[in-house]
Amino acid sequence: MSATDAPAATPPAPAAPPAPPARKRSQAWDTALVTALSFLTALVISAVLIAIADKQTRDSFQYFGHYPGDTFRFAWSAIWHTYRALFYGAIYNPQTAANHTLAGYLGPISETLTNATPLIAGGLAVGVAFRAGLFNIGGQGQIIAGAICAGFVGFHWHLPAGIHLIAAIVAGILGGALWGGIAGFLKARTGAHEVITTIMLNYVAINLLGYLLSVKGFQAPPYGQAIANPVDSNAQLPLLLGDTLRVHLGLILSLAAALFVWWLLTYSRLGFRLRAVGANPAAARTAGMNVENSYVVVMLISGALCGLAGVSQVLGTNPAITGDIDSGIGFDAITVALLGRANPVGTVFAGLLFGALRAGSPLMQAYAPNELVQVIQALIVLFIAAPAVIRTIFRLKTSGSSVGADLAKGWNG
Amino acid sequence: MTASVTEDLTVDHEVVDTSLSSRARLLRAAAYAVLGLISLVWLGLAVDGGTAHLVFDGHTVGLPAKATVIVIGIVLLGIAAWQGARGFGKRATPWVAGIAFVLFMVAFFSWVSTQGNDPDIDVVGLLQNSIALAVPLILGALAGVMCERSGVINVAIEGQMLAGAWAAALVGSVAVTWVGLFGALAAGAFMGVLLALFSIRYLVNQVVLGVVLNVLAAGLTGFLFDAFMATDSEKFNQPGTLGEIDIPLLHSIPIIGPLFFEANIVVYLTYILIFGVDVALFRTRWGLRTRAIGEHPKAADTVGIKVLALRYRNVLIGSAIAGLGGAYFTIGSVGGFAKNITSGNGFIALAAVIFGRWSPRGATAAALLFGFAIALQNNLSINTHAIPSYFLAMLPYVATIIAVAGLVGKVRAPAADGEPYVKQ
Repeated sequence: MSATDAPAATPPAPAAPPAPPARKRSQAWDTALVTALSFLTALVISAVLIAIADKQTRDSFQYFGHYPGDTFRFAWSAIWHTYRALFYGAIYNPQTAANHTLAGYLGPISETLTNATPLIAGGLAVGVAFRAGLFNIGGQGQIIAGAICAGFVGFHWHLPAGIHLIAAIVAGILGGALWGGIAGFLKARTGAHEVITTIMLNYVAINLLGYLLSVKGFQAPPYGQAIANPVDSNAQLPLLLGDTLRVHLGLILSLAAALFVWWLLTYSRLGFRLRAVGANPAAARTAGMNVENSYVVVMLISGALCGLAGVSQVLGTNPAITGDIDSGIGFDAITVALLGRANPVGTVFAGLLFGALRAGSPLMQAYAPNELVQVIQALIVLFIAAPAVIRTIFRLKTSGSSVGADLAKGWNG
Repeated sequence: MTASVTEDLTVDHEVVDTSLSSRARLLRAAAYAVLGLISLVWLGLAVDGGTAHLVFDGHTVGLPAKATVIVIGIVLLGIAAWQGARGFGKRATPWVAGIAFVLFMVAFFSWVSTQGNDPDIDVVGLLQNSIALAVPLILGALAGVMCERSGVINVAIEGQMLAGAWAAALVGSVAVTWVGLFGALAAGAFMGVLLALFSIRYLVNQVVLGVVLNVLAAGLTGFLFDAFMATDSEKFNQPGTLGEIDIPLLHSIPIIGPLFFEANIVVYLTYILIFGVDVALFRTRWGLRTRAIGEHPKAADTVGIKVLALRYRNVLIGSAIAGLGGAYFTIGSVGGFAKNITSGNGFIALAAVIFGRWSPRGATAAALLFGFAIALQNNLSINTHAIPSYFLAMLPYVATIIAVAGLVGKVRAPAADGEPYVKQ
């Protein structure tokens, strides 16, 4: 992966970005370019892994000296089939489309949107905290807390349609906000670093969930499995595109949340304060802003957004709480926020991209192990966090900042 | 005349060597009082007379449960009163904490013994499990100490351990079991190269980087496991386990012997590393320099220490240690890799680093405590249902939150921990 040997393996760089006059646009272009190239590089490295994972390719490598063509042919075939399956599962699948049903045409897109829904909400949560200078690593715990509250209201209470759904959504959002707020409160009052407290709170939440799933009244009969009572149909998020497609109202809620965060950060006084605190807490304090209060508020908001992700999981995608209700979204949300540059619009697109990768992985599994998606995600974010690597590989000249660089500070910060 | 005046004005100062502020002293006193009250009131009332059986290495010690619990409760309250009123000396404070903890555990076991269907509490077995569970935590925590003392935050302990576990299984299968150890060291170091390169050279935020490296390690090991280790496990995932080595003479000491001197090579390496890192960090030139670049890299640079080179080196060594910790999960115990086999132990190790205040001894003690909590949880979930094991499992994490929130003394990280150093 070192900078010197990579150019040989990767295609030449596209033309350098346009000259300075519109500097802002050129920077946006630069960001987009680095993002696209990070994605490309991640796919190239993953392709090597696919080739290694393919048994036929490995076997043919043993007679590489005699028939090198075989190895390349098999490797190419494995790579092509894997990425094609990923595309079929995530965007458009000609095989199911041949049925001429709505599910056949839109199934893959619906899966992508369903998977993107909690990722967008979670990504916004991490992004908002980033902008205020905090690193919320506790998405997992906050999602679980939100899911517990939403799910509990969803199965324990029995309210009329509409009201029940709203009550469950609000409960979930409050649950997430509470869990995030603990970290914010500790940071404000005692200076405890939010990264440490949120990591620890993740595990507290996991164990709390484990406990609840073993308690009668929460656990579903016949009490053999760690699964909670199913959520009432009144409290479930309605499906958007008919019964055959899984995409649900949570998507609209996530997009609305993105709109809200965009408004909050761009136009509201609170958002200005949060950004000021994020940019320079000392200066913000000197200007008379309440830094400690901002920490609490932003963690409440961040937790609430994670709570929303939990809501869309437990009231939409999978209407009963299980031990795996978070299914890695809490950590993927961090990568989504980094890819989206902690900006609401970017986060929506990043959530869609990673949602597509998640949606495509079941079909892809026939050709390459599932974890490939995780590897691709990690590599993309690694390169995005270190744009200098991409710049060296592709010999780009311009420079821009990365999200991570703004946050470079220690445990005591 | 003058002499008498000075005598009047002189006040005899009795120097009480209290290491704690009055607030911390009272908090400690409150903690002891809570433990005392728990044993006196809650456990004392719940115990119904019988005899508690504490088994040490085959020898059963019978204790009258109710009396034991009540006496211990009173003693703990006495300690609390003394701590609140006078405080203990600087050197005595940690010992008092240890004694209070052990007393409380005796009361607790007396209670558990009368609760469950099995009255025998195998104390040595429990401690053995604790140490077994603590070994990877100690190694991971030492890795964290090595990196963070040099000023590089290591959230990627989990990923380094996972890579180590994977490589140990693979290399151990392809070659001989013990060669897997080198595989683990190399894989940990490889993750360390990524951590060092991206944080020191490319100045990536180190917490972000750690999180991403954890995802990468989980993805890569899972991917490669599925790709050939799972399908061809005869060839690639049968490393066997490291044999138990009994240290001559030492292992025949009752209780101590089976606890510490009947283990595999990884455990002995752990002893050496605890001692080695502690001495090296506080008694050698390397240690002084390491602490210097972690606290004030600019000053260190001014006196001619090569900050970046030393950081690279320490991160590599530290990550290799974490890789060794990973090997304990595969060739050290079950003899095979499974996806995500480290299951969050790297994060508990991180908690141990912080709870142990970034010192090798403290981190080791914290790791042992956490190992004990996990062993206790496993034991209790078999023995009694009075305390849900999930709450015991929360203990390390809650303890760490309390520690960083400053409720039991101030926890302070190395000043330059997490801050990349750029030469002006």
